[in-house]
Amino acid sequence: MPVYSEKVMDHFQNPRNVGEIENADGVGELGNPTCGDIMKIYIKVKDDKIEDVKFKTFGCGAAIATSSMVTELVKGKTLEEAEKVSNGVVAEALDGLPPVKMHCSNLAADALHLAIEDFRARKAGKGPIGRVETPEHDEDEHDLLEHA
Amino acid sequence: MKIINFDHFAATKMRQEVKDAMEPYFIGEYGNPQSIHTLGDEPREQLDKARLQAAELLNAATIEVIFTGSGSEANNLAIKGTAFARMDKGRHIIVSKIEHFSVLNSVKSLAKLGFEFSEVPVDKYGSVDPQDVKNALRKDTILVSITQASNEIGTIQDIKEISKIVHENSAAYMHTDANTSCGFIETDVKELGVDMLSAAPHRFYGPKGVGLFYLKKGIRIMPLIDGGIQEFGRRAGTENVPAIAGAGVACSLAKKELKDRTAHLLPIQKTITDGVLGGLDEVYLNGHPEKRLPNNLNFVVKYIEGESMLMWLNNIGIMVASGSACTSKILKSSHVLNAIGVDPALAQGSLLISLGEDNTLEDAEYFVKELPAVVKKLREMSPLYEEVMKRNKK
Repeated sequence: MPVYSEKVMDHFQNPRNVGEIENADGVGELGNPTCGDIMKIYIKVKDDKIEDVKFKTFGCGAAIATSSMVTELVKGKTLEEAEKVSNGVVAEALDGLPPVKMHCSNLAADALHLAIEDFRARKAGKGPIGRVETPEHDEDEHDLLEHA
Repeated sequence: MKIINFDHFAATKMRQEVKDAMEPYFIGEYGNPQSIHTLGDEPREQLDKARLQAAELLNAATIEVIFTGSGSEANNLAIKGTAFARMDKGRHIIVSKIEHFSVLNSVKSLAKLGFEFSEVPVDKYGSVDPQDVKNALRKDTILVSITQASNEIGTIQDIKEISKIVHENSAAYMHTDANTSCGFIETDVKELGVDMLSAAPHRFYGPKGVGLFYLKKGIRIMPLIDGGIQEFGRRAGTENVPAIAGAGVACSLAKKELKDRTAHLLPIQKTITDGVLGGLDEVYLNGHPEKRLPNNLNFVVKYIEGESMLMWLNNIGIMVASGSACTSKILKSSHVLNAIGVDPALAQGSLLISLGEDNTLEDAEYFVKELPAVVKKLREMSPLYEEVMKRNKK
């Protein structure tokens, strides 16, 4: 059985909404290069709706597929609706992810929420937020194997 | 689509001769080599034959060859077997920072039982300085275990010199993990001067489920699997006769073909090295430029992640591995790349290639031709690359 579902492979090979939005209204950048994942999501907001959304991601297959999927799920949605899209919803929409990828590479919704937060901060004159570093996995690999 | 296996460290295709040698022992000659009655005769003879074939490859006596279940088991036996047998003499073990997990995790397990270990460093090419081993030796050092060649970056260590230093300056045993190197470079135990050596026949066209362990006559270890008198009492359990028969043939082939293998692999290795370094910006070769295995290459491709690279190459029929955190299953980038000073963020772009006899120059040329498009696609969607591009514009 392949490691990834067909949907993950589809989004990995044909990622939707890749790119950058010039003069974006909100940018959410999240991750840690040491862990191997950085996601950057750009949004254009009009009348409280996500008019356009694009992403750039440095990461594994799951990181790219979840980024692509979250942009597809929230395009055209209101900010309130978009905020309800969680990492779990994204993973489910991709027919699941391998367990080991669930917490490390499944951050796309968090990056989107950060973009929305950034949009609000900018509106309030408190932005932009900039890149948010997620913590490294600092478990000792020997202990990790022991408790796996 | 043609499948190009550039991941021979994961699996090599068994040679037909190996399979043919295994075949009789599944159904026809299914007997137990330890049986006194007739059913045991032919399997026992086969066991002796395979042991001789393995001994010839290692330049050892047959009584010094023990078959285990894997190369990892052989490493465990060397380390824990020595520790348990010699704990009255001392509890200190020396390894290098770039050992395989079967070595590193063995010493970490022992550390929980009160043993101590020192990790000698490596330079930027992954070479151990024998003087560092000398400096790490203590009165209570019972074992030094250094890999003959890294399973990630291919750097070959000067085991002969390290063995000499260990034996001249201490009473410690010297073990080398040759699980990656055996079958591709010389593993003459007398020349190397080691007391123990581990090898993995599945890495050189033999079957999985069997390992080789060389134990010099007079070296004392405690078995990890107690039971019957199989393998001279060093490893109990009914022998895996088909796998051992196959391992024996793989050893014979390795001895016969060692020079031809190098001659076949070197031009392929060079084509890939030149093509990758010449065809891409911001790509680095890891490991020693010359003192390396003929069948391994390890690159860092900056600003992209290894698993994505691996998956795109997989799409076009090229099977590779990576030392990135995402491919590691423990979510940490390679400790080997870390030890040679590769920044953990850069280690994410690691590309690990291991070659074998089924690879051709055409495979190498195809890979070199296709890789830039894969890298370009991933860099175009990488926020790290975007940052660098913007910085360069300014």
